[in-house]
Amino acid sequence: MEPDWIMGLIGGLMIGGAAALYLLGNGRIMGASGLLGGLIDGTGRANWTERAVFLAALVLVPALMVAAGLGAASEPVAGTGVLILAGLLVGFGTRLGNGCTSGHGVCGISRLSWRGIAATGIYLATGVLAVIIARMIGWA
Amino acid sequence: MTRLLIAALSGGLFGAGLLVSGMTDPAKVRGWLDIFGAWDPTLAFVLGGAVVPMFFVWRLAARRPAALTGAPMPALPPQRLDGRLIGGAALFGLGWGLAGLCPGPAIASLAIGGTPALTFMAAMVAGMALFGLWNNRQPRAALA
Repeated sequence: MEPDWIMGLIGGLMIGGAAALYLLGNGRIMGASGLLGGLIDGTGRANWTERAVFLAALVLVPALMVAAGLGAASEPVAGTGVLILAGLLVGFGTRLGNGCTSGHGVCGISRLSWRGIAATGIYLATGVLAVIIARMIGWA
Repeated sequence: MTRLLIAALSGGLFGAGLLVSGMTDPAKVRGWLDIFGAWDPTLAFVLGGAVVPMFFVWRLAARRPAALTGAPMPALPPQRLDGRLIGGAALFGLGWGLAGLCPGPAIASLAIGGTPALTFMAAMVAGMALFGLWNNRQPRAALA
């Protein structure tokens, strides 16, 4: 196995490649929360097949890679209660703020969008805060 | 049909990149946010590896009249920093730090993360649905 930072860089290039393909091919911003959220609240009804196919491949390819020994299954760092609280915060927050790490982070920062840059600064800051809080109250 | 093929290739490459980079490992994401503890800088390389090429792709996109499938290139939304953006990003970050999962990796973990991944996903979908209900009850403030 290569050092973590090399794997991070290779994976990052793949993520950037996926965003580039989606933009240049379909004229769309690759944002995970928007792609899924539009299916949940119905705002993405007009192009639901495209969203569903994207999300299905996003689930399927890592599963096949893990089955083929090309990656490890993920291990949780939090118990059920914390996972539920965190999931609710991530779901509501990404829809309210209109983006997550892929939309605001990867696509927004690279476009020099002030909204994307500001959102990324804010969620990084509260993410750091959450890790501190989690450790203080024994959730880490 | 081309649209769906591109969506499948893009979604698959995104998932493979998340797995390879370590983003589907919540411990690694927690380590990145743990700047006062055992800080793990890997995510800086992930973000850099994705953002730097995309910077040039945006330039390329700006010079093209349309995408490959004929769809228009997405317009830049009005660059307003409103309460929704700030509050939403703040709530998202709290959840991200608590579980070490954001939407992309959460979806990519669905078939490889066992019950915890399913639990997180169910709660995230519920959060999105709650937002939809809440948003519909708001006096009309345009959502981008």
